Amino acid sequence: MADIDVTLASWKLVEVGRLVLIRRGPYAGKLAAVVEIVDHRRVLVDGPSGEEQKIVPRHVLPLAHATLTHFVIPQLPRAAGTGPVKKLWAKNEIDGKWAKSGFAQKTDRAERRKNLTDFERFKVLRLRKQARYEVQKSYAKVKAAAAKS
Amino acid sequence: MSDGQTKQFGKGQRLVPAQKAQKWYPVDDESQPKKVRKSIRPAKVRETLQPGTILILLAGRFRGKRVVLLKHLDQGVLLVTGPFKINGVPLRRVNARYVIATSKRIDIAGVDAKTLEKVSTPDYFTKEKKAEKKSEEAFFKQGEKPEKKKVASARAADQKAVDQSILSSVKKEEFLSSYLATTFSLRNGDKPHEMKW
Repeated sequence: MADIDVTLASWKLVEVGRLVLIRRGPYAGKLAAVVEIVDHRRVLVDGPSGEEQKIVPRHVLPLAHATLTHFVIPQLPRAAGTGPVKKLWAKNEIDGKWAKSGFAQKTDRAERRKNLTDFERFKVLRLRKQARYEVQKSYAKVKAAAAKS
Repeated sequence: MSDGQTKQFGKGQRLVPAQKAQKWYPVDDESQPKKVRKSIRPAKVRETLQPGTILILLAGRFRGKRVVLLKHLDQGVLLVTGPFKINGVPLRRVNARYVIATSKRIDIAGVDAKTLEKVSTPDYFTKEKKAEKKSEEAFFKQGEKPEKKKVASARAADQKAVDQSILSSVKKEEFLSSYLATTFSLRNGDKPHEMKW
């Protein structure tokens, strides 16, 4: 029999300490940590972020309104108050980790693009064109060199 | 109302009025014309329409063009210029309603104030009457090319005088000249009510 490597699937579980992204309601787009599981549909979340406009107050959130993220605050005690959650949040550098994640970067970029003025949109158009031209030029050079040899 | 004379009728006396009362009265009261309670107020233009703002024209022959706002004329009319050399839009009056104001502004402090004053007089843009009227004969004549419309040289000079300083300030910023030269149009998925200008 051949050796078979069995690796554990890394499920994102609904667990205490799991960070969820809120997708609906007044806190849509913000990050919060699961503090307590109410039932199979709802969790108690708390998001004491370091940034003022990203704070999510402690409330019960339907899981249908949330997306699980890869991040977990390890060893968060069950039903911890906002104070301890905030401390562990800062200790685990959740804000920084989230800002570096692909999802956050993508949404940030989309937000920035959305708020461009007409002239800025035009500049983006032109600069993208210039960049594309350079790429295609160098690609053609490489291609021509490859064909010769 | 005691005009008239008293007359004797048998034993009694009665006052006979000099003017008899009318037998007929109009059924309706005479209608009074309504008082006009409106007044002509100076048009209030949007705050975004400051002189020097770059506008997108939405209607008319030059729709889609990006132009420079020079001045407010009365009753919500705006005086704009292309500049003519960049996008072919001459000094022109446009309705403030049919315009999108972008957040881009350029400095128009250097514009010749005298010509601007002249251009903004009410009858600057009125058409001159033709000296000779087109005859019927000329209308039916075939083959001959119609005379090309000539731009008055005074107009062209005014255009140049106004555009001169604008052109120099446009040149200072990269992409601004080509921005003014391109027309605006909506692309797939563009939602103008959600876009920022």
